[in-house]
Amino acid sequence: MSITMTVNGKQAEVDVDPATPILWVVREQLEMSGTKFGCGIAQCGACTVHLDGKPVRSCSTPVSEADGKAVTTIEGLAGEDGTLSKLQQAWISEQVPQCGYCQSGQLMSAAALLKRNPNPSDEQINAAMAGNVCRCGMYGRIKKAIKVAAGMETSSNEEAAA
Amino acid sequence: MSEAAETEKPKKKGKWTRRAFIGAGVLAGGALVVGVAVRPGNPTDEMKKRLAKGEGEELINAWVKIAADNKVTAIVPHVEMGQGSQSTLAQMLADEMDADWEKVEMLESPATARYASGAIGREFLAPTLEVPKILEPTVEGSFLKIADMMDLQITGGSFSIRGTGQRDMRTAGAAARQMLIAAAAEEWGVPAEEITTARSMLSHKASGKSATYGEFAAAAAAQSLPVRPKRKAVGEFKLMGKPMPRKDIPSKVDGTAIFGIDAKVEGMKYAAVKAPPVVGSTVEKIDANAAKTMPGVLQILNMGDFVAVIADGYWQAQQALGKVQATYSKSEGQSLDQDAIFKRYSDALDEAGSDGGDTEISEGDAVEAFAGAAKKVTAEYKVPFLAHATMEPMNCTVSVKDGKCEVWIGTQAPLRIRRAVAESLGLGEDDVTLNNAFLGGGFGRRSEVDHAIMAARLAKAAGYPVKLIWSREEDTAQDFYRPSSTSRFEAGLDEKGRVVSWNNIHTHLFDPQEAPTVPYYAIPNQLVRKVDVPMHLRFGPWRSVDHSQQAWFIESFVDEVAEAAGKDPLVLRRELLEGSPRHLAVLNKAAKMAGWGSEMPGGHGRGIALVPSFGSIVAEVAEVDMTGEKPKVSKVFCCADVGFAMNPDAVKAQMESAIVYGMTAALYGEITIKDGAVQQSNFHDYQMLRMNEMPEVEVALINGDAERLGGAGEPGLPPVAPAVTNAIFAATGKRVRELPLSKMNWA
Repeated sequence: MSITMTVNGKQAEVDVDPATPILWVVREQLEMSGTKFGCGIAQCGACTVHLDGKPVRSCSTPVSEADGKAVTTIEGLAGEDGTLSKLQQAWISEQVPQCGYCQSGQLMSAAALLKRNPNPSDEQINAAMAGNVCRCGMYGRIKKAIKVAAGMETSSNEEAAA
Repeated sequence: MSEAAETEKPKKKGKWTRRAFIGAGVLAGGALVVGVAVRPGNPTDEMKKRLAKGEGEELINAWVKIAADNKVTAIVPHVEMGQGSQSTLAQMLADEMDADWEKVEMLESPATARYASGAIGREFLAPTLEVPKILEPTVEGSFLKIADMMDLQITGGSFSIRGTGQRDMRTAGAAARQMLIAAAAEEWGVPAEEITTARSMLSHKASGKSATYGEFAAAAAAQSLPVRPKRKAVGEFKLMGKPMPRKDIPSKVDGTAIFGIDAKVEGMKYAAVKAPPVVGSTVEKIDANAAKTMPGVLQILNMGDFVAVIADGYWQAQQALGKVQATYSKSEGQSLDQDAIFKRYSDALDEAGSDGGDTEISEGDAVEAFAGAAKKVTAEYKVPFLAHATMEPMNCTVSVKDGKCEVWIGTQAPLRIRRAVAESLGLGEDDVTLNNAFLGGGFGRRSEVDHAIMAARLAKAAGYPVKLIWSREEDTAQDFYRPSSTSRFEAGLDEKGRVVSWNNIHTHLFDPQEAPTVPYYAIPNQLVRKVDVPMHLRFGPWRSVDHSQQAWFIESFVDEVAEAAGKDPLVLRRELLEGSPRHLAVLNKAAKMAGWGSEMPGGHGRGIALVPSFGSIVAEVAEVDMTGEKPKVSKVFCCADVGFAMNPDAVKAQMESAIVYGMTAALYGEITIKDGAVQQSNFHDYQMLRMNEMPEVEVALINGDAERLGGAGEPGLPPVAPAVTNAIFAATGKRVRELPLSKMNWA
């Protein structure tokens, strides 16, 4: 079956079994490897992408649900000219990633959070991010980076300069 | 000792000294591993072809490349799995050679024996240091043969910085700088001592001459290698000791970082596999009728030790695999349950009694001192099996064609993988090319070779390149587990409450050998023993290895002893550390950070633990809130002495990471066995700590000895579990003697 969707602003048409999870269509048909496979049952968040702006676990969301909709992956988080989003910049300033495998999903969950709530409380950050596992345990840095991107805290670079 | 004597291959294990060490490092890093000067016939020639490809590029030595455009490439023999050591190794090299950090790039060294991390092998030969067991299989017992030592290229044992960095990278950087200076001095006709270096530039003040490193790269390559290049003193460091941003991070925020699972190979297909649930069983027969007509399915294979489906897409392969019916042979392990395993441990410990088993350390007479003690304390502790649960499931891509094989993987042990793949295909090691990518977590799991052998056999059977990806379920059920263990203690106190006897026996010992021992505690009579209890499961190194069990046993019991002696846990530890000033400083700093002794609200408690491991010393204080339905760890204060923190922010990140890894195990980590098989399958029943449970973590560093570096990747883990359970005792009076905490009823 042919599925038409907008992926990171570009039209994409794929001919696949409509039950195929978005994750594997993005990785195999569209050859974008930034979105990761972690558990296959929506338990770890490594595969998080946006479907019409909302975060979904792409490992458990069939591509038929994306038909006619907009999918945003980590490759589409930066501006069109390649300028990193504030979140990505904060991820660098706070030196968030270790192994980095879960970070595409973390960033996509965080981006969706800030889009609907530009000034999240700690509890709201916890609630939005609890679906994303980081086995390297960088939760403290992720939280700090979200607050830096939201302009709620100063970055470690600025702190060092001050 | 003369310089010439220093470069000779030492003949006896006991003769290694620090001076000889660095000398030998230059010899091994030069003449025997990859060569240093670029001369015809030198082994470096081959490496030069592979690494110095650009116009006007010259290879200076194994660990550094300087291009004519003044770009410096640090060639690092360790993999990147999140620990940041590639970046820190480059930082150490760049500092010693006064390179411009902005222009420094990193290249992971190719998986060939010439690039093996010799420092790891050499470190093993130093009489005062032990190499982690993770490295042993490749050394194959021939520790004194240089050729065998070179057959390592492993990242593990918290070893990259203190081993390769401190010995090889710094020495290589200093040597490169010295060779560049010598080349400039020759060309300019000025004394070498008058030439200064900074930001990849050479300058001679009196004559006003200056040049980039790149301009002298070729001339420097013709210079002879200094036998013992002068390395910087701490006061001269410009990059070392600074929190430099890691160079691998930008690619990890925009989706461009390539992990093993992201390999793209022309014509590759996807494989999903299932191994028999009980290790040791084989696949007797399969019924593939329902699966073979499913869309995309190319081949369904009974490989004997596992079933595989190869398909056009991975999801298709997984779906079809779910429809394959397999029957497995009976095997020895299939009758074993978790309770029976712990019963085996108790029986073995009962049989060993108070002085049986294999003695690991014996000082004085612990049994006699215990018999005559004024007060006696005993306790038994149990910990479960644990899986690694790396975020990136095991995977490997292999192409086999015309008697050659190419492998794409993220591994901690590239050379071990190469050898295992070659053996499984009946090829020579030189016929196997390995491409190593970033690792989506390692923690010891990616030092194993099982998944790569599977992928190689599938690619050979299929006749086209195959990307094998394990499901999370397979990853959880087919791990090399952290062993479960039971440990028993007896301690005796004299009339004044001083600890006079320490007697421990535990099941299982893998590595490091010192993990169950407490020589830093001033207890006159110490006896530590083990009993082995074999079983069918596969075990492997798990972040901090035996320290992950032993530290919890030891530091829990120290608290119980303090309670029996009527002393504050901090006060007792201070007394026991009277002869260990570095340990004491770390302990006191952590206690101070936490405000030890200050009032806490009801239902809250504070616990402390101190553990030396992998050459570093770490103390942690945990605060718990027991007023809710289950324990909540609200804060962890950590003080670490890693000797000298080369990149303090990266070291802090490792402590934060290890605290979460250790807390996850303490709160939830438990693999159980039923009918010989692992019962857990995915993150819903093998639970991870998540952001909503993340405590506030504060880390402080002490640079206790810049000449004796310790590791950073693992030492933050061992203290956290005992700090948490000791805090629970402080809050509730309930002593935790079995992990994980999720098993306990807190109502």
